[in-house]
Amino acid sequence: MTNIVVLVKQVPDTYSERKLNESDHTLDRESADAVIDEINERAVEEALKIKEAGEGEVTVLCVGPDRATDAIRKALSMGADKAVHVSDEALQGSDMVATAKVIAGALGKVDGYDLVIAGNEASDGRGGAIPAMLAEILGVPQLTHARELSLDGTTLKVDRETEDGVTHLEASLPAVVSVTEKINEPRYPSFKGIMAAKKKPVETVTVADLGVDAGELGLSGAYATVLEAAPKPPRAAGERVDDDGDGGTKAAEYLVGQKLI
Amino acid sequence: MAEVLVLVDHVDGEVKKSTFELLTAARALGEASAVVVGTPGTAGKVKDALASYGAAKVYAAESDDATGYLVTPKVDALATVAEQASPAAVLVSATADGKEVSGRLAIRLGGAVLVDAVGVNADGSVDQSIFGGAFSVKSKAAKGTPVVSVRPGAVEAEQADGAAAEETVALPAVDPAKSAKVTGVEPVVGGDRPELTEASIVVSGGRGVGSAEKFDVVEKLADSLGAAVGASRAAVDSGYYPAQFQVGQTGKTVSPQLYVALGISGAIQHRAGMQTSKTIVAVNKDAEAPIFEIADFGVVGDLFDVAPQLTDEVAKRKG
Ligand SMILES: Cc1cc2nc3c(=O)[nH]c(=O)nc-3n(C[C@H](O)[C@H](O)[C@H](O)COP(=O)(O)OP(=O)(O)OC[C@H]3O[C@@H](n4cnc5c(N)ncnc54)[C@H](O)[C@@H]3O)c2cc1C
Ligand SMILES: Cc1cc2nc3c(=O)[nH]c(=O)nc-3n(C[C@H](O)[C@H](O)[C@H](O)COP(=O)(O)OP(=O)(O)OC[C@H]3O[C@@H](n4cnc5c(N)ncnc54)[C@H](O)[C@@H]3O)c2cc1C
Repeated sequence: MTNIVVLVKQVPDTYSERKLNESDHTLDRESADAVIDEINERAVEEALKIKEAGEGEVTVLCVGPDRATDAIRKALSMGADKAVHVSDEALQGSDMVATAKVIAGALGKVDGYDLVIAGNEASDGRGGAIPAMLAEILGVPQLTHARELSLDGTTLKVDRETEDGVTHLEASLPAVVSVTEKINEPRYPSFKGIMAAKKKPVETVTVADLGVDAGELGLSGAYATVLEAAPKPPRAAGERVDDDGDGGTKAAEYLVGQKLI
Repeated sequence: MAEVLVLVDHVDGEVKKSTFELLTAARALGEASAVVVGTPGTAGKVKDALASYGAAKVYAAESDDATGYLVTPKVDALATVAEQASPAAVLVSATADGKEVSGRLAIRLGGAVLVDAVGVNADGSVDQSIFGGAFSVKSKAAKGTPVVSVRPGAVEAEQADGAAAEETVALPAVDPAKSAKVTGVEPVVGGDRPELTEASIVVSGGRGVGSAEKFDVVEKLADSLGAAVGASRAAVDSGYYPAQFQVGQTGKTVSPQLYVALGISGAIQHRAGMQTSKTIVAVNKDAEAPIFEIADFGVVGDLFDVAPQLTDEVAKRKG
């Protein structure tokens, strides 16, 4: 029986225009559609594959505002068993240190975990470090940026793929894993899955339930703060030509004109 | 002057260019100290290179375990040095490893994580470029030591003389219950082309290239320009080109002098990784392709006609 916790984050859809609030420079959650981060669907898929290959239970853990329940339901409709949702006004504007500590605290709400599976990098914050920070806090091995994963008893093997190449990793459970977009193709929730998800238990907790230091949370407690933020002017389209057999030559002339060749 | 710690990236006794960029950025904040984590003898090999970019000190954290476990030996080394040196900041490269090191170190030190800085200012604040370059942000540590990951290629490396005084750091033993063991590595074979994030010209191919074999059209143009090769996610997913060359939201962010997009539609997630390029040239047979909205020069046509002709023209002009 492997108890797996999948970390799921709700993010602004990368297909829509993403903005920061003008007042406090936090994420403008109204301007863009909110979706489960694509990479987290792959994390859920990997957890389900482990569960289906043996025995286990998959718990979704999400830190985010009330409407993040949509992301949680998506994960449940794919086949996860239950969820813990940390939702608290005090978390608005939290930095990575706070997020990692809240996730670590919330793991205490799950009866014994063997494996935590996260995405390698969220598409909004792109911190790429929450899984590593969580491993640091929990004192367990990190096997991150997994392109491939195999579990044999309590021995976990991962092929880590980064700009440096592939690194083969091995450790014993409990451990924290993060997956890359090359790990699998996530399944679509079936109609049955969507109906079943409505009845699956979602425990909603606040920071007071977790025993984390409130002085480190939210905008006021953050170690990292934003001083200024400004949108960059969008790029304008330049010259465009049709290829009449001399398109390559024209492009070369343009590059010469720009002193690029 | 307070010390600023720089984590040295090195491969086979060679220091990576991004480390010289970090040393340059560190000198704007204080005294640059290089921290070398590796197997015994590594620091001796890289010392001269670090001195030539202004490293006043070189901390040597060497042990046989240093490369045998993932990430944690680097965190141990930086934390050990930080405890004795009380640095003004710690700088690492914003690579997969570097970001993870910075996050763990911030937890250890009670510090702030500042991710993927494109500039480091004398007052300790950093500049960031977020949402694929759509927003510019300035941020800083409100409390604790700033642990900053700096985007490779964002800061111009400048040489300076440094004393590179060597100090030995005793690495604590690795606890295998808390670290993942490295059982093998398959390093990326760099080849002769420049690194994607460091190149001043990038030529990328998309699904329009059609197959892995035909990607040599992209490579030939890249080689004539002395450029790195990139790919869209659709090209990577279709198996035309390896994943480490993916440009975009979930791939590399590049900001070269010139970006050439061949058979790429210009989806918002692709643009997120390349729209801060100085000049963009696109070739696409669909006049409505969104890539043309951001291209400085666009050719509506078949890439298999246009790219080889451009390759020849570039070769001719180079003589
Ligand atoms: C544009 C932008 C820039 C930011 N820059 C900084 C910065 O420089 N320093 C800083 O300290 N904070 C920063 N933040 C805040 C930071 O993004 C949040 O604290 C966030 O919750 C965690 O970081 P991440 O999303 O970057 O995590 P990543 O490390 O990129 O996420 C990896 C994985 O961790 C898990 N995960 C992350 N967050 C959650 C969550 N809330 N609930 C459940 N699982 C989760 C998911 O599985 C995710 O796939 C920034 C936020 C934004 C929107
Ligand atoms: C969360 C998320 C993250 C993503 N991350 C990334 C990312 O990091 N990078 C990325 O690139 N995408 C990313 N995507 C995918 C993105 O949405 C697009 O699907 C992808 O960029 C399309 O790649 P493409 O332009 O090569 O393919 P297509 O959109 O299929 O475009 C192919 C183009 O080639 C043209 N063409 C075809 N034949 C020829 C020819 N002979 N000559 C000239 N032109 C020709 C066609 O007109 C077309 O415009 C992401 C998506 C999501 C949801």
